[in-house]
Amino acid sequence: MTTHVTSGVRSDDMIGSGQEGTIGDQVRAYLQRLRGGEMGALPAVAGFFVLAILFSILSPFFLTERNFANLLTQAATLVMLAMALVFVILLGEIDLSAGVTSGVAMSLFVVLSNPGGLNMNWILALVVSLLSGVLIGAFIGFFVAKVGIPSFVVTLGLFLGFQGLQLIIIGSGGLYRIQQPEILAIQNSNLPEWGGWAMLVIMLLVSLGMAFLDRRRRTRAGVVNRTIAILWIRLAVIAVVGGVIVGLLNQNRGTGFLAVSGVPIVVPITLVVLFLGTLLLDRTKFGRYIYAIGGNAEAARRAGIKVVGIKWAAFAICSTLAVVSGVFSASKVGSVDAAFGRDIVLSGVAAAVVGGVSLFGGRGRLIHAAVGALVIAVITNGLGLLNLPGGVNFLVTGGVLILAATVDAVSRVRAGGALSRR
Amino acid sequence: MDVPIIELTAVTKSFGPVSVLKGVALRARAGEVTALVGDNGAGKSTLIKGLAGVQPYDTGEVRFAGELVSLSNPREASRLGIEVVYQDLALCDNLDIVQNMFLGREETVLGTFDEGEMERQASETLRSLSVRTVKSVRQKVSSLSGGQRQTVAIARSVLKSAKVVILDEPTAALGVAQTEQVLALVRRLADSGVAVIMISHNLIDVFAVADHINVLYLGQMVASVETSATNSSDVVGYITGSKTYMGASE
Repeated sequence: MTTHVTSGVRSDDMIGSGQEGTIGDQVRAYLQRLRGGEMGALPAVAGFFVLAILFSILSPFFLTERNFANLLTQAATLVMLAMALVFVILLGEIDLSAGVTSGVAMSLFVVLSNPGGLNMNWILALVVSLLSGVLIGAFIGFFVAKVGIPSFVVTLGLFLGFQGLQLIIIGSGGLYRIQQPEILAIQNSNLPEWGGWAMLVIMLLVSLGMAFLDRRRRTRAGVVNRTIAILWIRLAVIAVVGGVIVGLLNQNRGTGFLAVSGVPIVVPITLVVLFLGTLLLDRTKFGRYIYAIGGNAEAARRAGIKVVGIKWAAFAICSTLAVVSGVFSASKVGSVDAAFGRDIVLSGVAAAVVGGVSLFGGRGRLIHAAVGALVIAVITNGLGLLNLPGGVNFLVTGGVLILAATVDAVSRVRAGGALSRR
Repeated sequence: MDVPIIELTAVTKSFGPVSVLKGVALRARAGEVTALVGDNGAGKSTLIKGLAGVQPYDTGEVRFAGELVSLSNPREASRLGIEVVYQDLALCDNLDIVQNMFLGREETVLGTFDEGEMERQASETLRSLSVRTVKSVRQKVSSLSGGQRQTVAIARSVLKSAKVVILDEPTAALGVAQTEQVLALVRRLADSGVAVIMISHNLIDVFAVADHINVLYLGQMVASVETSATNSSDVVGYITGSKTYMGASE
């Protein structure tokens, strides 16, 4: 604890922070990290574009405004589920019951809220089903963190058990239509045109504000700030990519007399969850401790971290966000039956892995899972347009998953993390 | 400097019928490296766990800077400024150096991290220990060598102005050059005014860096001697029990 270092000035005996230098230095350092195996979502982003280009060559329908909006709403359920799973995968755990959890919660919702059922106020019913998610997560967390059963076993048991619970709640052969226009609007209605632009402006302002807050804190502490050009480039990329997306979605994509345009409502909801979740994981103790436990649970324990409590909370968040993904799915499909949510969980895990979230724990971010889910959704969407037999979809998705896992394994060896474990 | 920062008198610890510490005395002074040697099963780890508050002693007196204290839990030990660097280091590979150094005690403003402040304190701590082997404080620990990891673990222990740092086999599993670096770091740590207690099996390292050598043999402190007043073969004799220490000439 010697003297304060004045901002920007750097004596030679000081240890760097990786934030020094010009854009060129930053780019070189980034490439160095890539070669070192810290690739993040880059392979998934590249995969998304390769697939998109491939499908737009193969099918004239792929690159239409209508299909683009369709792709986003198809992907929304999987994006949300994959993000939910990240919270437990980062711990090195798994939740195989996330899909059926959404099934149980949505069964509860339709039975409680529908006129043919208990006819409860729909907001109240939604709150109850979200709370049932919290409860289920706490239940899993109890057996995993407190009792010490592997999460694979606990959630496999629940995967089987909850299918039965769902059947009991909804009645065998039962199918409830979603009657609430507000729930159906999530996937089937759009923001007004100005709403999409407002959403983009808010995103840019929030990014800018947070970056400046970070820079102010760093300056106050007297440590070097990254050259500001990087920030402008990042904002420009968000503005251009976001602008193209909003612009496309604001085109009329209706097929009949009715004009359909605007950003689907599910998009801003997903972005808000992504933003808040990322804030939680990157900037709070809770998030940091999730990474720490996933990296080395014993080290976390010795650092005074309450491992049991953190795991508990992570499972509760996972199950709750899984229920949100169930709401998206119910909105898209328009009904809930006894098999609702049964098949999706492995796709969610696959999405997270494709996006670069490590199943060994400790590595990955929410945005990675979201990108991975988009890759899987684009496969389903593109192959659907090609009128190929259904089996091809599964084969390709499985192949992409194994490819992604291979990239992960190879990059882990490069990063040095795996060498010590093998 | 007359009052030792740590003074144990007649501490005992038993596990059921097995008596592991049979009335041990130990002193550690600020600014000195106090080595603790002894064969496997001599009671070194038990002695250390008592100081860390992990396994409190059964009986005996613990004085911290002359004051009687009870080290009944780890929080109490760390409140006094006693930090332990365990042999397996307990670092998270997936986090960077700053994140590891602050793990469990992050600096926050309004519930979110003050990364700038943490980065400044981390690099100042490393600089105060004259660490030159790491390039950036934002490197992931997975990319560090064994010696660099040891450096980070030691820096973590002194980050919040520790008064006593206990190092458990800091040079085990290190190469020659890295051992050299870590020993130099241990020396600088003591020179900065910290009382360092170092457990080691390697007598070459002990003689290279320690001011004072304490030998445990079957739960008893059989020798406590200035490094300059003894030699390697005597210490081996104390450790194996083939030689009896004839008292200090203080």
